[in-house]
Amino acid sequence: MLDLTYTAPAPKVIAGAKEDWELVIGMEVHAQVSSNAKLFSGASTRFGAEPNSNVAFVDAAMPGMLPVINEFCVEQAVRTGLGLKAQINLFSAFDRKNYFYPDLPQGYQISQLYHPIVGEGEILVDMGPGVGRKVRIERIHLEQDAGKSVHDMDPNMSFVDLNRTGVALMEIVSRPDIRGPEEAAAYIVKLRQILRYLGTCDGNMQNGNLRADVNVSVCRPGDYEKYQETQDFSHLGTRCEIKNMNSMRFIQQAIDYEARRQIAILEDGGTVDQETRLYDPDKGETRSMRSKEEAHDYRYFPCPDLLPLEIEQAWVDDIAASLPELPDAKKARFVGDYGLSEYDASVLTAEVESADYFEKVAAVGEDGKLAANWVINELFGRLKKDDREITESPVSPEQLGGIIKLIKAGDISGKIAKELFEIVYTEGGDPAQIVEARGMKQVTDTGAIEAAVDEVIAANPAQVEKAKQNPKLAGWFVGQVMKATGGKANPKAVNELVAKKLAQ
Amino acid sequence: MMSDLNTLTIAEARDKLRAGEVTSAELTEACLAAIEGAGALNAFVHDTPEIARAQAAAADARIRAGDAPSMCGIPLGIKDLFCTKGVPSQAASAILAGFKPEYESTVSQQLWDAGAVMLGKLNMDEFAMGSSNETSTYGNAVNPWRRGNDDTPLTPGGSSGGSAAAVAADLCLAATGTDTGGSIRQPAAFTGITGIKPTYGRCSRWGIVAFASSLDQAGPMTKSVRDAAIMLEAMCGHDPKDSTSADIPVPNFEAALTGDIRGKKIGIPKEYRMEGMPAEIEKLWADGTAMLKDAGAEIVDISLPHTKYALPAYYVIAPAEASSNLARYDGVRYGHRAKLAAGDGITEMYEKTRAEGFGHEVQRRVMVGTYVLSAGFYDAYYNRARKVRTLIKKDFEDVFAAGVDAILTPATPSAAFGLGEMKDADPVQMYLNDVFTVTVNLAGLPGIAVPAGLDPQGLPLGLQLIGKPWEEGELLNTAYVLEQAAGFVSKPGKWW
Repeated sequence: MLDLTYTAPAPKVIAGAKEDWELVIGMEVHAQVSSNAKLFSGASTRFGAEPNSNVAFVDAAMPGMLPVINEFCVEQAVRTGLGLKAQINLFSAFDRKNYFYPDLPQGYQISQLYHPIVGEGEILVDMGPGVGRKVRIERIHLEQDAGKSVHDMDPNMSFVDLNRTGVALMEIVSRPDIRGPEEAAAYIVKLRQILRYLGTCDGNMQNGNLRADVNVSVCRPGDYEKYQETQDFSHLGTRCEIKNMNSMRFIQQAIDYEARRQIAILEDGGTVDQETRLYDPDKGETRSMRSKEEAHDYRYFPCPDLLPLEIEQAWVDDIAASLPELPDAKKARFVGDYGLSEYDASVLTAEVESADYFEKVAAVGEDGKLAANWVINELFGRLKKDDREITESPVSPEQLGGIIKLIKAGDISGKIAKELFEIVYTEGGDPAQIVEARGMKQVTDTGAIEAAVDEVIAANPAQVEKAKQNPKLAGWFVGQVMKATGGKANPKAVNELVAKKLAQ
Repeated sequence: MMSDLNTLTIAEARDKLRAGEVTSAELTEACLAAIEGAGALNAFVHDTPEIARAQAAAADARIRAGDAPSMCGIPLGIKDLFCTKGVPSQAASAILAGFKPEYESTVSQQLWDAGAVMLGKLNMDEFAMGSSNETSTYGNAVNPWRRGNDDTPLTPGGSSGGSAAAVAADLCLAATGTDTGGSIRQPAAFTGITGIKPTYGRCSRWGIVAFASSLDQAGPMTKSVRDAAIMLEAMCGHDPKDSTSADIPVPNFEAALTGDIRGKKIGIPKEYRMEGMPAEIEKLWADGTAMLKDAGAEIVDISLPHTKYALPAYYVIAPAEASSNLARYDGVRYGHRAKLAAGDGITEMYEKTRAEGFGHEVQRRVMVGTYVLSAGFYDAYYNRARKVRTLIKKDFEDVFAAGVDAILTPATPSAAFGLGEMKDADPVQMYLNDVFTVTVNLAGLPGIAVPAGLDPQGLPLGLQLIGKPWEEGELLNTAYVLEQAAGFVSKPGKWW
């Protein structure tokens, strides 16, 4: 496998009123595991169902009901760990995190505090061609999601929807290796991309299937390097945790606001209090949710209803063998095999569906670079205009490959190809047949082109004289010939013949 | 029709049913009549005569068709801790007032599948927390036994006190119990019946209201060891709905009752010889030891050195788990919800609901459990208790590895005490009732209480045998030998 090389980006520096500051960011991402059933019950995970319709007795914490682990969710967590090049723990265990809330029927969330299923891994966060931030993953653990409290249906009452209760989440915890708001957003983009490639989370942030708690602190330039050398957190500032963010834009805004808030406090001679904060996108600010003193005492202890989760290395190996090609490898391969720029390869590999589409086009059209240009510039542009996804493209990869094949064979010019693409996009059909049936094939018969060139030269003696003084005017003759042939003449042949005739 | 069919054992009734001498309907009516006349015992708290009669009719049809299992047609009482579909299941707590589950516990379902008949639900300590049945929201059950001519009401023990009273008073042929720290064995000993707590993982916990999940086990409470063997077999087995249920085969326990224990090694643990142990308990233990020796067993003195830490460890672990298990009773979805005042929010709803719904003992244990799990105390209490638990388990493993087949101890430190006698005592005094039984739960071992004699006031006393994990058959056989040798046949005089 070809590895692309990266240099780390410079950390974001914020100029305070008195001095420069840097940001240190760590993320806890809650990713809903793609699974038809919940983590400890057979209830459906389908989004948008009638309230309280996807609820098993155990989800509602009825007396005497017991959790039973959903093996597929475990497999998904292992797959995710492998995709993040992480340590898979053959022994893990579930703990109870105790707190009272109406949408938490058990009065505790079953999670993995002491023995998570996945240990240390890493993610390469792309910040542009040749620039990437390696962010270390501390751990991934499985846990139950809570339900939803609804407070706006009645002036006096609150309602609870337990459909989401017990749905499997992976909490993916990073080290504080993210150094700016843009990197934070890019981290989410990359993590989401990998999860979608793996099929372990659909990454739908709008539905809350991917959401992040963002830990932000600020430090002086140089302090972070001391932390890196020693792993001693005392070199870093006090962090605040911004809870439950599910928009890339808001993540960046919240971090930016929070960093400036902390810098203002510090430059005023104050101290930052460790606390949990919420971002208000309407006001564009974070505000305190609860202080360290008000923090819950979750009274974690091993869940006595579940045995430790022990998995076999052979099973992990089987899952590893079934992993798809992941974004970094695919991108490197596209650069190596198709000669694409890293930028183009990044665009094409953003979603596995577009990467697959591109590869089919390249195979049919037998030209990777041309295929990349057409997919990125023509197809993506046209789809965007109609607000369509690649999976909804009216032009199949075979059709687009067919168009490219016609271009390569010299049967159509680039200009005609665009017309042809629009015909295929709107009407469908086989590109070669359309070209044949509608007489769009370009003229490559030099005799016919020569006759057309001669005709234009004979009809414009004054222009010929000027062109002989200034060879740049040859283009005018080419245009006239193309016009005369209805755009079907091979432009290369026309160029050559015009140049030759004018030189005579 | 015989008038005292309710006094039959399971084995006797089974044989008569199979021989066509009685019908399940007759047995059931005899029990329903006995329950009807035993209001003073307060053992049954929800009667289900319609269900009983329908099940009895179905059992009779099955028996007529031949090939009916041992439990077919046998009328039982079910501890209120078991969820029974469509029947009130409140764990004797006001917080579950009116709760009727939409599901049936695995253990009770297995009994119904085997053809058993449900007479109703039995009294118990609230959420199985108690040793005297006095924490029940229904008021305490009463022991059918009395001291000589003294009519002081006595406790049937707890938490399965209703089950014990009902079986001892012949209101049913047998009953289900559950045992977290001695809740089957102590009441069995107090009422002169047999009760076995199987190895942790033998019986499914699915559908049984949880007290302390790592300790809770269901078991039968019966009139004889043979009955315990028959009923246990029907109750246990692997259940995929309980992750802690063991996937190992269930042997024919009754077939294990050979009466032959020659060459078996019986351990007598020196740490169970408590200071101030009543003379009658001391004597009972010595008598039991002699009986097993006479039957050909080898008696060996053993040491279980961490025994003295068992009770404190138990009273950290069990409340810790309970504090979490009982968090679900919050008034949001089912059971009791307090009436709220204007302006009350969710916190007030929790506080008022739980203050009204939980009794004092439950509140005490929830608070203890919350405390021992809280930040800063976790290591000092909960984690240390877990370590003790590991050491206690190892004590037993070492003894079994040295060749001991079973361990003989008293079941309780005394005979049944008077209701209300412990009212003003330090709660720890009450907890001392569990001193001989909690080690078995902490180690996950099977333990059985067998009636072995009477105290000078004529109250039954029990001995406990502790067995190797998954060796309930062998344990039952040893208990069977003890039962035969002790020849305990006394019944409480009927006063109710």
